[in-house]
Amino acid sequence: MALNKPLDAVAEVPGEAYRPGWVRAVVRFSRRRRLGAAGAAIVVLMSLCAISAPLIAPYGPLETDFAAQLRRPNVDHWLGTDAFGRDLLSRLIYGSRTALLVGFTSAFLGATLGALVGVASAYFGGRIDLGIQRIVDIFLSFPIIILALAVVSILGTGVFNVIMAITVPMIPNSSRVVRSSALAVREMPYVDAARAAGFGHRRIIFRHMLPNVMAPYLIMLTAYVGQAILLEASLSFLGLGVQEPTAAWGLMLRGAAVEFAETAPWMAIFPGLAISLGVFAFNLFGDSLRDALDPKLRTL
Amino acid sequence: MRKYILRRLLLMIPTLLGVAVIIFLLVRVVPGDIVEMRYAGQGAFVTKDLLEKERARLGLDKPLWRQFLEWMWGILRFDFGSSMWTGAPITHEIAIRFQLSLQLALMATTVAVLLAIPLGTLAALRQDTWVDYVVRVFSIAGLAVPSFWLGILMILTFLLFFGWLPPMVFTPLWKNPWENLSQLIWPALAVGYRYSAVSTRMTRSAMLEVLREDYIRTARAKGLVEKLILTRHALKNAMLPVFTVIGLEFAFLLGGLVVTEQVFNLNGLGLLFVESVSRRDYTLVQALVLLVAFVYVFVNFFVDLLYAWVDPRIRYQ
Repeated sequence: MALNKPLDAVAEVPGEAYRPGWVRAVVRFSRRRRLGAAGAAIVVLMSLCAISAPLIAPYGPLETDFAAQLRRPNVDHWLGTDAFGRDLLSRLIYGSRTALLVGFTSAFLGATLGALVGVASAYFGGRIDLGIQRIVDIFLSFPIIILALAVVSILGTGVFNVIMAITVPMIPNSSRVVRSSALAVREMPYVDAARAAGFGHRRIIFRHMLPNVMAPYLIMLTAYVGQAILLEASLSFLGLGVQEPTAAWGLMLRGAAVEFAETAPWMAIFPGLAISLGVFAFNLFGDSLRDALDPKLRTL
Repeated sequence: MRKYILRRLLLMIPTLLGVAVIIFLLVRVVPGDIVEMRYAGQGAFVTKDLLEKERARLGLDKPLWRQFLEWMWGILRFDFGSSMWTGAPITHEIAIRFQLSLQLALMATTVAVLLAIPLGTLAALRQDTWVDYVVRVFSIAGLAVPSFWLGILMILTFLLFFGWLPPMVFTPLWKNPWENLSQLIWPALAVGYRYSAVSTRMTRSAMLEVLREDYIRTARAKGLVEKLILTRHALKNAMLPVFTVIGLEFAFLLGGLVVTEQVFNLNGLGLLFVESVSRRDYTLVQALVLLVAFVYVFVNFFVDLLYAWVDPRIRYQ
């Protein structure tokens, strides 16, 4: 009873009401890492926009109004209209769906598959490791955009093929980073213990090693979302990504936006701002997350 | 050391061979070949016979392994073949664009270095102050802003406010340096800013690590001027990882500026790559990818050697 006393006293300090662990972690993160918290706030806002797009967008993303082509920003169209008289703001809001869908899916697939390969490579070591790493070497010596272009030209364009095209170049990258952390984990006594206990390879990899490389994994995951959004925008800008009439930020910068840039600069300005802000938010958050989780990790 | 160099050089061969195999198969998996592409564009009636004849002329009727071996044999004799689309030798197609791409890559790298090293050092020295925050936001923004959009904004600004546009035709540097620079400086800035971001962050974190080392404390304790501590002791040691980043980025700048070249209407290797992919110009795509991979692998090797030269503690076995 006497032992419990000081603990109770702590709990009764005013303003320090009990909060679940994750809430405390979030509060502490946002106090210590202001920039990261700002990034996270933008990400949350963007996700809310994407989810509630039909509710908040003033017009439909495909709604054309040929009486209002190339209108400059005004009361009816806050960010102006494009060459088909489509409302830019609405298209930007719907575009966040494309960006987040592609961003999250390909970052998740790329980082996860890469982490699996990386951990397996580190765990088995020896010839298997050497073999896997040589293959990774080969893929790393392609510029990402070139690899993505190659995948797109095989699979064709469209949202899901673009996701594949962005995922593929991420796998070797993520596996290299995760492998270097997993090499250290493999030397840990608990891995030996697990092996001594007679656990199978799969169980050791999934239950003992993967959870211990979560820090680099999470860091890469957030960084990859930003990169994926950017890559999707680049591919769509080249005409090799998401196709018209889907609302996508990179696509909105293509064609008419450049053609009419002189008379209707808003068409070229706002989608670019949206891409920049979105990627910026993810990077800001990822950067602070990296500082918080693993200050020594240098890769991005 | 000599043995190490030799081993590294030999290790390049399987990597490049792997790249060659992958790209060779990749281009051939893509539906539709160059013959179909060419005749589809003309809209005329084409017999199957003609298509077959054309394929035979380009050597596409041979079995895959034979085509691959012939390609490899050519490379061994420095014969990269001819573009399937234009018929011109590949070395010629690449050479006329290489100059532009190389200059642009060099200029963008210079911009990146000039931004990254001072900014990264400054941020590390003033860690967790507003200076650090500003530098970090600046560099993270560099990663976030698409360089093609930055390019569009630049062109838009020139057009709207100055009624001027950068020259559209490439002039070699020695013929007219002014024309040349007023065309290439803008893409170099747009791309250089983006690429400075990674190096700035690398400089910052490397400096932060080095500044906590014992020898820095010793240098301070013996009363060395701060400037000397920075340049002789800290920067020299912090530069190693930065070299790596800059070197590897350079390799990708050479062939990976696909989108920026489009915006600035530059006829460089990136544009050539996109064109040759859409034309299914197998030989040209293969040669371009192999070139970029070669530069990447070689720069990687070169950076490792540089490590040993800059840092006497590193000795390769």
